Amino acid sequence: MSTHEITYLKMKTRQQQKSLEGYVGFASLPNQVYRKSVKRGFEFTLMVVGESGLGKSTLINSLVLTDLYCGEYPGPSHRIKKTVQVEQSKVLMKEGGVQLLLTIVDTPGFGDAVDNSNCWQPVIDHIDSKFEDYLNAESRVNRRQMPDSRVHCCLYFIAPSGHGLKPLDIEFMKRLHEKVNIIPLIAKADTLTPEECQQFKKQIMREILEHKIKIYEFPETDDEEENKIVKTIKDRLPLAVVGSNTIIEVNSKRVRGRQYPWGVAEVENGEHCDFTLLRNMLIRTHMQDLKDVTNNVHYENYRSRKLAAVTCNGIDNNKTKGQLTKSPLAQMEEERREHVSKMKKMEMEMEQVFEMKVKEKIQKLKDSEAELQRRHEQMKKNLEAQHKELEERRRQFEEERVNWETQQRILEQQKMTLEKNKKKGKIF
Amino acid sequence: MAATDVDIFSNEEKRNLNLGGHVGFDSLPDQLVSKSVTQGFCFNILCVGETGIGKSTLMNTLFNTMFENEEASHYQNGVYLRPRTYDLQESNVHLKLTIVDTVGFGDQINKEESYKPIVDYIDTQFENYLQEELKIKRSLFNYHDTRIHICLYFIAPTGHSLKSLDLVTMKKLDSKVNIIPIIAKADTISKSELHKFKIKIMSELVSNGVQIYQFPTDDEAVTEINSSMNAHLPFAVVGSVEEVKVGNKTVRARQYPWGVVQVENESHCDFVKLREMLIRVNMEDLREQTHARHYELYRRCKLEEMGFKDTDPDSQPFSLQETYEAKRKEFLGDLQRKEEEMRQMFVNKVKETEAELKEKERELHEKFEQLKRMHQEEKRKVEEKRRDLEEEMNAFNKRKVAAETLSLSQPLKKDKDRK
Repeated sequence: MSTHEITYLKMKTRQQQKSLEGYVGFASLPNQVYRKSVKRGFEFTLMVVGESGLGKSTLINSLVLTDLYCGEYPGPSHRIKKTVQVEQSKVLMKEGGVQLLLTIVDTPGFGDAVDNSNCWQPVIDHIDSKFEDYLNAESRVNRRQMPDSRVHCCLYFIAPSGHGLKPLDIEFMKRLHEKVNIIPLIAKADTLTPEECQQFKKQIMREILEHKIKIYEFPETDDEEENKIVKTIKDRLPLAVVGSNTIIEVNSKRVRGRQYPWGVAEVENGEHCDFTLLRNMLIRTHMQDLKDVTNNVHYENYRSRKLAAVTCNGIDNNKTKGQLTKSPLAQMEEERREHVSKMKKMEMEMEQVFEMKVKEKIQKLKDSEAELQRRHEQMKKNLEAQHKELEERRRQFEEERVNWETQQRILEQQKMTLEKNKKKGKIF
Repeated sequence: MAATDVDIFSNEEKRNLNLGGHVGFDSLPDQLVSKSVTQGFCFNILCVGETGIGKSTLMNTLFNTMFENEEASHYQNGVYLRPRTYDLQESNVHLKLTIVDTVGFGDQINKEESYKPIVDYIDTQFENYLQEELKIKRSLFNYHDTRIHICLYFIAPTGHSLKSLDLVTMKKLDSKVNIIPIIAKADTISKSELHKFKIKIMSELVSNGVQIYQFPTDDEAVTEINSSMNAHLPFAVVGSVEEVKVGNKTVRARQYPWGVVQVENESHCDFVKLREMLIRVNMEDLREQTHARHYELYRRCKLEEMGFKDTDPDSQPFSLQETYEAKRKEFLGDLQRKEEEMRQMFVNKVKETEAELKEKERELHEKFEQLKRMHQEEKRKVEEKRRDLEEEMNAFNKRKVAAETLSLSQPLKKDKDRK
């Protein structure tokens, strides 16, 4: 026994509530986190999808209160290509000491062709390739701070027909709702009266429910105030938005709006459209949550599907359930162990069969030997019997001969005596 | 080479945009903070030091609470680590605090292996995190992070220099965890001795290449305070949970006949500095360093051990899929090979045994052939004898017949003679 014993106590997580007497100071942790995050800077990737002419670029400009899309950097509707492209532009913005790298991904050509089958495929491919990049970066041996270029939010623009969703809308959302946070928007909402808008929204939500499309869900919080706002937004989904690149003076206020002969539709007026709700939700309150859901849900789905395919080769779906709680390597370890035990069993079986066959053969050999031995014994016995018989005959023969010879001799003797007598005395 | 130092904006083509108004993303840090607060924070402290040096007392003092702790005996067989987790709350901030105590450290006669349980414990926590990170279905965001964020190394207040156990242990730990060395029970050292002691300790650490945690100086908000604190290392601390009345205030202190050592008096000891640095200023940085530097180092070594590489022989970067697929192919090939080997071995065994048995069979047949031959020989002899006998019998019979015919003619004469 060595002089030391390395013993571990199992992690006794006796979690106890402790009340602190006096100020310790870790309540400053949030501040520390704040400082570090500001120093690091933020990034966000926003995707805008919709047919051309729905006001996507204008909306983006309105959101960031500046001409992101302008003459020099035209929006998607001005860049229509023969096939659907997925293009991104990055802008760096600073506000209040906070730096944000905003990547806008747009899809010029989406839905504009006569045959729009599979026009969503480039979008899916783009999202997947960003996930793939992140997965590879995360899985490297030497990791560095990874830029997060995954798509965090997709604004889907619905044409303001007033009736319902188009088949393309449904198809697109169905294919992408498990890859990205989808926020559907009713574009150019200033063509709908409030009642028409209400109807339209109800119809859209009905269809979304019917097709089991999972759009981005605003999370509930513990805060009463916030929950009220969340409820407001939920009731007004999908948000109907209006965008504008021009600033107009209304009642001596300078507002963004669209000037019509019959009045001005103000972008930031809550009674005119839901733009303010969108901006508040997207940028001011839920930007972080959109990133979190992308990271914790969409990305993890992608990752686990990818790794499961690698490990199990996608063959046996019944096995995969229990295996997903391990890493692919642990998976292989387990398979190796299984294989080893299977081989052991096989070895034992083969061993058994082998032994049995050997035993059989040896038994046969023994039987053969016994048989031969028996036959040999038999023959020996025969021979001995013959021998004996012969001996007996000879003995008999000898006896007979001896007898006969003795007899002959006696007869001879007799004869000789008779002869002698004859010769000696006359027979009277 | 901290991972956080790399500018994430560097290699992208981007343009600067001047905003025409208040967009509102300056609330992003607040959003992030509010999410972290909801999630709660967790912090893990490892206290390394001899029995009785004041580890538990210091923890109680730091966190202003009485954590349960039995006094450890000096007669432990080895060093073992005792982690305890507590849920603390201050205003709206929840902290899951884990304090890991090293029981029995420095008590054995042979202390050569004393550092091992500590290193093993730290590695185990890294390993657990790594395993979670590698799982196919994982949930990192609600994983209870048990990795050690800070190791407080308690130096005995001898006043001279570091013990060799201290140097050995710290050297083994400095690449795995953030170390802050502290001089325990500092109320036994006078001011002048303390100054010399601190200088001696720091120079010994430097000359032995021990990397201790440096308070970060890259954030303007805390550069000044951090760099000044860096100069006061190692902190000389005194811990106490007893309260003593000094003047008209009640403070935590140790009462001696010759005076009262006030824990929170900066001219008496560096406790306030330690608390400031550890908790109020750099807690988040400690967590970050642990994750971005120490954990990454562990992970890198582990993956390299397992045979993962970032680039293949042609210096093309591997994709994760390729890596796993390659490993899987190798693995399956390996299994197949083993199977083949086993089969082959059996085939050989069967052949051998067959040959053996055939040999035996042959021998058996030979033996019986021989016996058969012998038997044939015997039979022949018997036959011969039989023939001989037959001959003799024939000869005898002939004699007999001859004698009989002779005797048949004779008796007539005899009869004649008799008349």
